[in-house]
Amino acid sequence: MSTLASLLLIAVGSAIVNNVVLSQFLGICPFLGVSKNTKTAAGMGGAVIFVITVASFVTGLIYKFILANPALLAKGIDLTYLQTIVFILVIAALVQFVEMFLKKQMPPLYQSLGVYLPLITTNCAVLGVALNCVTYEYNLLESVVYGFATAVGFFIAIVLMAGIREKIEYNDIPKPFQGTAIVLLTACLMSIAFMGFSGMI
Amino acid sequence: MNKYVERLYNGVIKENPTFVLMLGMCPTLAVTSSAINGLGMGLSTMVVLICSNLLISLFRKIIPNGVRIPAYIVIVASLVTVVQLLMQAYMQDLSKALGVYIPLIVVNCIILGRAESYASKNGPIESVFDGIGMGLGFTVGLTLIGLIREILGAGTFFNLPFLSAIEGFTPITIFIMAPGAFLVLGFLVAGMNIIRKKMEERGTPLAEPAGCLSGDCAHCGQSAMCTGKSQVETKSADTAAK
Repeated sequence: MSTLASLLLIAVGSAIVNNVVLSQFLGICPFLGVSKNTKTAAGMGGAVIFVITVASFVTGLIYKFILANPALLAKGIDLTYLQTIVFILVIAALVQFVEMFLKKQMPPLYQSLGVYLPLITTNCAVLGVALNCVTYEYNLLESVVYGFATAVGFFIAIVLMAGIREKIEYNDIPKPFQGTAIVLLTACLMSIAFMGFSGMI
Repeated sequence: MNKYVERLYNGVIKENPTFVLMLGMCPTLAVTSSAINGLGMGLSTMVVLICSNLLISLFRKIIPNGVRIPAYIVIVASLVTVVQLLMQAYMQDLSKALGVYIPLIVVNCIILGRAESYASKNGPIESVFDGIGMGLGFTVGLTLIGLIREILGAGTFFNLPFLSAIEGFTPITIFIMAPGAFLVLGFLVAGMNIIRKKMEERGTPLAEPAGCLSGDCAHCGQSAMCTGKSQVETKSADTAAK
């Protein structure tokens, strides 16, 4: 039985202490590619929160009731080795489905998140969260909290990075470091700052 | 030059996935805390890449165009599962060190990128050599970065005492921690920018970065799947509006 305290511990741990981008290196691509201004970065972050939360719930359900179904396990059928294949296909299908649903039912939300949704299919953070939930043996509620908090960590990192990039746009940077190199060095400093949180837990 | 040797040269030097194309940055940053880990990750990716290139090339005329990406993903995911189970059985230490990054080979852009841009258009033997070349290039890249980080951060060379044998040597531990990965890669990108400029002046330009580090989703190997082109268009529309 998961208490509120343990859920809070999971949330703070995955959002800040073990930040998904800055200490686990998942989702580096959108972090570097879509962080040019805060508005698009916030849109991307919002879409990631939405998709990872839904995906960790759905993959959690599938793992619990199909792949690691006690009735099947009792018969000696262990399907857990299929997790990678099943999870990536479920995530890809889910993102397509969410996109279609939003387009039809919630046009305003689709307008703000729509363009980022297909980008997220191949985002390793989504698959990483689903696989980590299995490794850490989280139950369904813990999985959803873990997924949501991880995505919030992504949101924090990408919005911070976009804010910094808007500022350093006007700085005098040595030629070879312009572009991606200075972004990586900024990420290095952010990562050092986030290491400071590791004493919290 | 023989066309198979040409594929190897292309993968290791001309279009090196780590240094020139800058693909697969998540594993590059995550597992290069030591040279052994980098080597292990590079070799496991290479095995998956060779097999996926072979299978996709063999099936390229059977797989319908409309569902080719999901079909590639199923092939790659199955191969990754095989590699993961083999590593858990025979290389437990490495498997523990690489952790979740082994199953995450599925979403490595190099694999789907080569499937989409090479194996789906060429014969099986060429595709296998393309896989060997690209895989070797990735392995060399990861091992080199791992070596730099290990020597500076722990003072060892493939886990053997190296700088740490010198009396009074203090390793710069930050290099084997998370920030060190960003730091080394940042300087690497800057160095490649200098080399790229020199090569351009000499009239033999290097291939452009293809991955997310280039900030150009339109040329990414996975663009067929992630429809990043609309993303790029909105971005340029945003800048125009400013």
